[in-house]
Amino acid sequence: MQQHCYHCGTTCDESIKVEDKFFCCDGCKMVFQLLDENGMCQYYDLSEMPGMSAKGVFASEKYNYLDSVAIQDQLIQFKLADQAHVVFYLPQIHCVSCVWLLENLHKINPGIIHSQTHFEKKEIKIVYNPSKISLKELVQLLAFVGYEPMIHLGGNDWLKKKKVNKKQLFKIGIAGFCFSNIMMLSFPEYLSTSVGDLGNLRHFFVYLNLLLSLPVLLYSASGFFVSAYTGLRQRWLNIDAPIALAIMVTFGRSVYEILTHTGAGYLDSMSGIVFFMLVGRWFQDKSYDSFSFDRDYTSFFPLGVTVLQDNKEINKPLAAIEKGERLLIRSNEMVAADAILLTDGALIDYSFVTGENAPIEVLKGATVFAGGIQKGRAIQVEVVKPVGQSYITELWNSPLLNTEKNIDKSFVHPWSQYFTYVLFGIAFFSGLYWWLVNPLKILPAVTSVLIVACPCSLLLTVTFTYGNILRYLGKFKLYCKNSSVLEAIEKIDTIVFDKTGTLTNHEYTHLEFEGDKLTMDEKSAIYSVTRESLHPLSQLITNYFGKQQLQVRKVDSIENIIGKGTLAACDGKEILIGSSAFLKANGIAVQMETAGVFIAVDKEFKGVFKINHVYREGVKEMVARLKLDGYQIHLLSGDHPTEKANLIHLLGEDTPMLFEQDPNDKLSYIQKLQSSGHKVMMVGDGLNDAGALKKCDVGIAVTDQTHLFTPASDAILEGAMIQSLDKLLIYAKKGKNIIVILFILSILYNLVGMYFATRAQLSPMVAAILMPISSISIVSLSALLSYSFSASLKRKS
Amino acid sequence: MSVLIILIIVSVFVAGGFLIAFLWSVKSGQMDDDYTPSVRMLFDDELKSNKAASVKK
Repeated sequence: MQQHCYHCGTTCDESIKVEDKFFCCDGCKMVFQLLDENGMCQYYDLSEMPGMSAKGVFASEKYNYLDSVAIQDQLIQFKLADQAHVVFYLPQIHCVSCVWLLENLHKINPGIIHSQTHFEKKEIKIVYNPSKISLKELVQLLAFVGYEPMIHLGGNDWLKKKKVNKKQLFKIGIAGFCFSNIMMLSFPEYLSTSVGDLGNLRHFFVYLNLLLSLPVLLYSASGFFVSAYTGLRQRWLNIDAPIALAIMVTFGRSVYEILTHTGAGYLDSMSGIVFFMLVGRWFQDKSYDSFSFDRDYTSFFPLGVTVLQDNKEINKPLAAIEKGERLLIRSNEMVAADAILLTDGALIDYSFVTGENAPIEVLKGATVFAGGIQKGRAIQVEVVKPVGQSYITELWNSPLLNTEKNIDKSFVHPWSQYFTYVLFGIAFFSGLYWWLVNPLKILPAVTSVLIVACPCSLLLTVTFTYGNILRYLGKFKLYCKNSSVLEAIEKIDTIVFDKTGTLTNHEYTHLEFEGDKLTMDEKSAIYSVTRESLHPLSQLITNYFGKQQLQVRKVDSIENIIGKGTLAACDGKEILIGSSAFLKANGIAVQMETAGVFIAVDKEFKGVFKINHVYREGVKEMVARLKLDGYQIHLLSGDHPTEKANLIHLLGEDTPMLFEQDPNDKLSYIQKLQSSGHKVMMVGDGLNDAGALKKCDVGIAVTDQTHLFTPASDAILEGAMIQSLDKLLIYAKKGKNIIVILFILSILYNLVGMYFATRAQLSPMVAAILMPISSISIVSLSALLSYSFSASLKRKS
Repeated sequence: MSVLIILIIVSVFVAGGFLIAFLWSVKSGQMDDDYTPSVRMLFDDELKSNKAASVKK
């Protein structure tokens, strides 16, 4: 009967059982038993089947490098004799149970003093006693319970980048405090019918206001002045320039009025505007804590490696590895530097680096490249180039990538420039008019124009609209780095897709058997043999048969010939599994010429297991819709052109397709498209796309698990959502429409204000009413419009 | 009327107290994580009973 693993929820049979609970593997059972012994079964009560599927037990040598003091120093933040602090990134954190288990680690091992998780950042901070538990044991414990920390070459550099911008919150807090108090103290001014009512109190209120406005001007608004100043120094009028001018003019006129006792000034409007604009910026900048958009190779390579010196294993930080050193690479470890293979048995999975689907056999003496993952048994290599100079890392140093992306200024800035020119024009003409009519009113009129025609409504429109759109896109699993990505999407006319991992699903490969129909006995025998082998292709076949409920037979003899195949005797049959060359060498006539795993039973060719790609759902329809929307589609694949027929079916005949593209080819292809005037979006996933993703105008990294490595990109898209890419792009482009609508609204507000200002009749009260009305209506309308557009996104997909 | 001056000064100081409380809370990291504490409080009870049990031992 089918059961679900009590720990991780994987469907399984009833073979592994503790009391009335079933487990999919020994790993899950052992985690359960560990928690059970420590009275920690609440883990299973908080959410159903919360565990991570712990396939097999971790190789104990895997974390040996953590014994090296040099490596420990990179990870440990703070250390005393009996206390050390360390922070890990645990991408597996996903539910309440995770938090509970991780914060109760001290029950399992008393060496752990305290642990605290940050759910959204997926981080854990652990305080432990290094004399009772070593860093290695700590990481092993975490990995054992299913939360293997991500430890990479970059060490803890990512922590520094992720600091919350507390300054921004300080500024908002202070501006809000001053704004509300100034507002309150201004009430008497607006309510009193005659000045005489208040007497000295009036001066008191006004001076207190002036005092309260100083922190707003000097601290909270400082960002606008700095930005405007740097813009002007580069001879460029950015949106902050007119804002800085408006703040200064408002403050200056208010001080003048207060000191000359001619009025109460516009300090409430000024501080309110600063407050609203800061909130808008904060709203727009709130980013996704658990994503990292700027990952480079340092977060892909391991932190430590095993070096062989005089036949002894020594653990060294990867950064300290030099040419000529011998590395030991165990199964499922990464080749961390370009190197020459010294032993047999290398089966390297380059899918992430090149996009090729199947692992490659590498012979002794050949070069293996950094970034490949060893799938066979442990191998030894001699380093040819240190990690910083390897083939894959050199991509990052390519001069093609040194150009800053999206440097085109936002379309908002030209608007704000026109706005500023028009503003100066109006101010000038109203000044001219009053110079002719009543020179006393020149100054009030000119300053009023500058005060009331606040460009801040433009800024509010932009910040809130983009903030809203980024949030809704996030709900549909497209996570953009920042708002300038939205503006870049607007201009895209060409979309380049990668194949492996982008259009196909990395996690599933589909096996298909072609040849004679196998009998039940033959199937059982093949299944029994492949079960014995650790070769990834054998494991695929094992999984293929695993669903068919076959009996396991006794394997009498088995011989794995590295790089060729397996020869085995099982149940009285002789079984050959391997490449076509292997079968031919054993005197078997192979009738098929295709890629795959060939099978022969009792010297007779039976057929071949073909490894097929599984394309993601809805790709065909999505591409067709993109074409209707006027995008040009291209395909760049690192893989062989065997799939071309399928791809033509998916993408259409008119789509240019290039195969066997290495990372540099992809990069230069993007560059070629760009130099012929196209705005290019690249949709890719692996390190082989890293250069292209960085070079193109909008790079979208596709991933099935957002915590896994994604190369530096502008946006991260969850794999399953690629079928809605066209709708997401349409929605992202809606931002501009919303902004234009709101711009028109804010211009209407400005016209009302201008009416009062040019007549030199702008009272502080009118300003104080107009300011919040325009700000609040713009903010709420922006939210409403973004919401109503996103509702259509939901309905269609 | 001049009592208003005292009242307003008091009110500004009270409000200032809240501002300082806010700034302190930001500085001490209370705004860093706005989700995990809400999860953590759910299993507080169980933790306490466990602690009590371990003390008895």
